[in-house]
Amino acid sequence: MASTQGGPPAFNNAVVRWIDKRLPIFTFMHHEYGVFPTPRNFNYWWSFGGIAMVMLIIMIVTGIVLAMNYTPHIDFAHDSVQRIHRDVNHGWLVQYLHMNGASFFFIAVFIHIFRGLYYGSYKNPRELLWILGVTILLLMMATAFMGYVLPWGQMSFWGATVITNLFSAIPVIGPDIVTFLWGGFSVDNPTLNRFFSLHFVLPFVIVGVVVLHVAAMHVAGSNNPLGIDPKGPQDTLPFSPYYVTKDGFSLLAFLTIFAIFVFFAPDFFGEPDNYIKANPLVTPPHIVPEWYFLPFYAILRAVPDKLGGVLAMFGAIAVLYILPWLDTARVRSARFRPIYKWFFWVLVLDCFILGYCGANPPEGYFVPLSQVATLYYFFHFLILLPVLGKLERPLPLPNSIAESVLKKSAI
Amino acid sequence: MATSNKTASLGGHAGHGDAVTRRDFLYVATAATGAVGAAAATWPLINNLNPAADTLALASIELSLKGIEVGQSITVKWRGKPVFVRRRSPEEIAKAQADDKAALPDPETDAKRVKKDKAEWLVLIGVCTHLGCVPSGQQVGSERGEFGGWFCPCHGSHYDTSGRIRKGPAPKNLEVPDYSFLDGDVLKIG
Repeated sequence: MASTQGGPPAFNNAVVRWIDKRLPIFTFMHHEYGVFPTPRNFNYWWSFGGIAMVMLIIMIVTGIVLAMNYTPHIDFAHDSVQRIHRDVNHGWLVQYLHMNGASFFFIAVFIHIFRGLYYGSYKNPRELLWILGVTILLLMMATAFMGYVLPWGQMSFWGATVITNLFSAIPVIGPDIVTFLWGGFSVDNPTLNRFFSLHFVLPFVIVGVVVLHVAAMHVAGSNNPLGIDPKGPQDTLPFSPYYVTKDGFSLLAFLTIFAIFVFFAPDFFGEPDNYIKANPLVTPPHIVPEWYFLPFYAILRAVPDKLGGVLAMFGAIAVLYILPWLDTARVRSARFRPIYKWFFWVLVLDCFILGYCGANPPEGYFVPLSQVATLYYFFHFLILLPVLGKLERPLPLPNSIAESVLKKSAI
Repeated sequence: MATSNKTASLGGHAGHGDAVTRRDFLYVATAATGAVGAAAATWPLINNLNPAADTLALASIELSLKGIEVGQSITVKWRGKPVFVRRRSPEEIAKAQADDKAALPDPETDAKRVKKDKAEWLVLIGVCTHLGCVPSGQQVGSERGEFGGWFCPCHGSHYDTSGRIRKGPAPKNLEVPDYSFLDGDVLKIG
């Protein structure tokens, strides 16, 4: 791709040389993370992929430790989490890291996704890269949902009941599918056991898809804030040390905010009802999912038909899969798309409105508001993006990344 | 790789032309055995997730109806789900029967939802047919919705005094489980 990517580097250490000749992992790391040519104009929004990866590692490490003290049985699960909090050495810390880590993992991933939307990172040749990313999001949602069931509190139980019942909307075979998912006639011990098993294994599936996601990124190369391809060595920097440092700085800032929540507001993202042990006979008066599901939950409730609501909710993810073909604009970055730039922010606002509606009971003006916001969400992807790409006149693109960067620094 | 392909195609054609050979038969038979074996090995793993025998064995429960006054409800647990047993007042029965002709999303007469001559006993699975929450309306003074029956707080479904869906996202009436009356005011569910 660029001249920085030459032949195998000369390693000084004899052991490294011996290994590398038989399994060239050092050459691989040198090429893909050492000298890997990366556009020189990244802003901080490009740090969130790496941050998301670190969050995934944090979740896996804390999760493995938690599993050593957790009991996946309806009679003991809630108590075992309390024991982790009160009796297990530093259990409170590990549990809060894991609980808040889920929220911060989603924060990083949502920023990463909206960065892709703004800078057109899903466009040719990065369609498959984007699709792998949406798959990671889906796997994360499944994993997070099942993890939330494990403490076996009231929100765990009723969240699991509502979400698994979504599948009963499928005509004819729906109720049988729900029984199959539960392993019984309601959310019960078999359900808790299988959710624990899946919650343990799915993160490693996510790791697998992340490897593919990153590999696809190393084939196409990174997009950049200008959305134009690097034309030569003057447009790129080696990944190390430049972006290792920049990403490292962002990561520290992000983890600092994460730590503030873990230590000073560990229950900020949680629901008090989840500290009440699950009771299959009493539904809490106001069920809400975790914040990262709220926009999707609002879409589910906006449609006054059961099957329609479920289809709309899954459709909200499905449109992301076909997004590379819905957006007809050839120009990637919103910097050069004067109209799209504004609609991007309208979409961001729309997602916040959906989240706000999802957090409130489905009454009064929240019903029409969530319906309008749902319609707008699909309008943005299904109608606006295909049409806007044809109508909009993009601004002139710079000749090269280097020229643009140097011009800016001259001013 | 190329060498072995060559060998294989030679084997199929050497002296036999395009005719079906013993080797072709063996190829197909081997592949078919593998495919059937893989499918057969998958099924136990899938079926493993279906309800186990002990879960299925929680078939029926019996309870005494003594002490339930007119207008009172009790909630019992059956197959992990709440079952509502309500002794309806004459007004509630009249209201339910009068609404038989109303616009119902899931049309069903009140008479079909109770046992003959036992119209005061309404037995329902207390699970909202939308997404499975437990509707409120069992306790005295709890929210009963616009039709005086039950109200699901999760997504706002209103049920009437026959447990029929009247308003909201739920598609079906509250389910009536299999039940029968035994001697001595005993109700058997399941």
